Amino acid sequence: MKSIWTITKRELAGYFNSPVAYVFLVIFLLMTGAFTFLIGQFMDRNQATLQAFFMWHPWIYLFLVPAVGMRLWSEERRLGTMELLLTMPISLWHCIIGKFLASWLFLTLALVMTFPIWITVNYLGDPDNTVIVASYIGSFFLAGAYLSITSMTSAFTRNQVISFILSVVICLFLVLCGWPPVTDVVEPLAPRWIVEFVAASSVMTNVEQFNNGQIDSRAVIYFLSVIGFPLFATSVIIRGLRA
Amino acid sequence: MIQVENLTKAFGPKVAVDDVSFSVQRGEILGFLGPNGAGKSTTMRMITGYIPPTAGVVKVGGNDVTEKPIEAKRLMGYLPESAPLYTDMTVEGFLGFCAEVRGIRDADKSKAIDRAIDMCFLKSVRHQSVDTLSKGYRHRTGFAQAIIHDPDILVMDEPTDGLDPNQKQEVRSLIRRMGQSKAIIFSTHILEEVEAACTRAIIIDQGKVVANGTPNELKAKSELANSYTVSVSGTEAASVRDKLGSVIQSSKVTIVNDKPPTVVARVFPKSADGEGELGRAIFDIASQNNWKVSEIKKEEGRMDDIFRNITLPDTQAQ
Ligand SMILES: Nc1ncnc2c1ncn2[C@@H]1O[C@H](COP(=O)(O)OP(=O)(O)O)[C@@H](O)[C@H]1O
Ligand SMILES: [Mg+2]
Repeated sequence: MKSIWTITKRELAGYFNSPVAYVFLVIFLLMTGAFTFLIGQFMDRNQATLQAFFMWHPWIYLFLVPAVGMRLWSEERRLGTMELLLTMPISLWHCIIGKFLASWLFLTLALVMTFPIWITVNYLGDPDNTVIVASYIGSFFLAGAYLSITSMTSAFTRNQVISFILSVVICLFLVLCGWPPVTDVVEPLAPRWIVEFVAASSVMTNVEQFNNGQIDSRAVIYFLSVIGFPLFATSVIIRGLRA
Repeated sequence: MIQVENLTKAFGPKVAVDDVSFSVQRGEILGFLGPNGAGKSTTMRMITGYIPPTAGVVKVGGNDVTEKPIEAKRLMGYLPESAPLYTDMTVEGFLGFCAEVRGIRDADKSKAIDRAIDMCFLKSVRHQSVDTLSKGYRHRTGFAQAIIHDPDILVMDEPTDGLDPNQKQEVRSLIRRMGQSKAIIFSTHILEEVEAACTRAIIIDQGKVVANGTPNELKAKSELANSYTVSVSGTEAASVRDKLGSVIQSSKVTIVNDKPPTVVARVFPKSADGEGELGRAIFDIASQNNWKVSEIKKEEGRMDDIFRNITLPDTQAQ
């Protein structure tokens, strides 16, 4: 456990040692703000909810999360430090989890820093705060799911840009397969059960649950699997590299 | 402390390491010598548990590296080829991280860092970021990382590669000093290094061990071993060759250099020249013929000679 935390600490410090972390935080806050107020028209809605805020997270994360995670393993491969790390008396799983946790914590920090909007909506009206808490939890899981996919793609290549692009593509697929504009087009073409199955495996359908204020156990299990499977794939890829 | 038994690694159809066996005890410094692409790095990566062997066993302090990787890795310090480092950390931060991953914390950690920094002369760059270090300092930082936990076993892949002559000298003396209490393996393709720092050397070529012995034993295998090099003047090459060739103890005479008035000849012995009889015979011939001898030298044998003879020149570069 201690060695996981050692890895996490180093990785986290890596974010804050470079200006990239601060640039990222600023961009994240500006983007969530802009989407909420300008495109989501938070004010004009005249509703005491944060729907206009949370509805954009799957889209904003689509680019920002791969940007945070793209270096996790690809940098390790590029520098050759993977050989150093994996000859230390520590299991590969500890390394994978330690690194993943570091970037998830970083994204959580970004999410926590959006708290002024929560205060604002409470100041302006009388929102249902349980819905907001559920939505934050959903957003937290969503970031973890994207990140785990990025961990996998970063183990795949020593090139951060390729790792980023691969990750965006996979995450985009997980978004689109349950996004109504797409499912509406596909619906008449395929048997109903296929459409429903694919839609159920989309992050959109599952994050929706949280945004409606429900912490549904199926949605939680969904996210835990979308986090767990790519992390497992990360270990398979890294083991394969060395064979 | 390290036992390597029938170790083999194949990358697809390419056999990089082929049935290699050897062992290293405490107090030994084993030089791992071979041309580029011979399989030195691949062997070291299997010893340190970075890549799994295709066949064979590595035991480190009695622990099978495949079955008990954590226990085995705990006993070893490893300096990979070209000393990779996390470039976004300071020297101190990096060493601290390596110590912590190895379970060294708090007061022990700062002691370990101080010790490694002292031993590797890193004081002046202690707080500097790794990516601003010169090559020599980067290498020393890699070295410091490998000894941060004062391991019983040290594995180093080309530890002097890319250093200037002074730095090479420094690293060699560091290796010699630590070799008294540890088991050390280091690879190199520099021959003088083996003579300068090793108690034993293994020559590997195309994945196979082709020689294993002390530097002196290896040198004795060289063709040159026990031959005499004679520089004479006042005569001609042809006559030197004839006269020296008639000495019963000699098997062959070659003319190394013929720049009048000096002739340099090399006389090879028939069998091991234990008592220096061949040397005395050469002196007798020279005085009988009134040659002026300016130099006569008995060769010990040379590493580069044996290296050239037993490794194939066409080993492909990586
Ligand atoms: N990951 C790998 N995949 C395929 N071939 C490899 C790999 N690593 C090393 N080799 C090959 O194995 C041989 C031995 O390489 P190496 O152990 O690095 O040699 P050395 O360190 O003695 O120069 C080389 O021919 C190299 O091309
Ligand atoms: Mg090598």
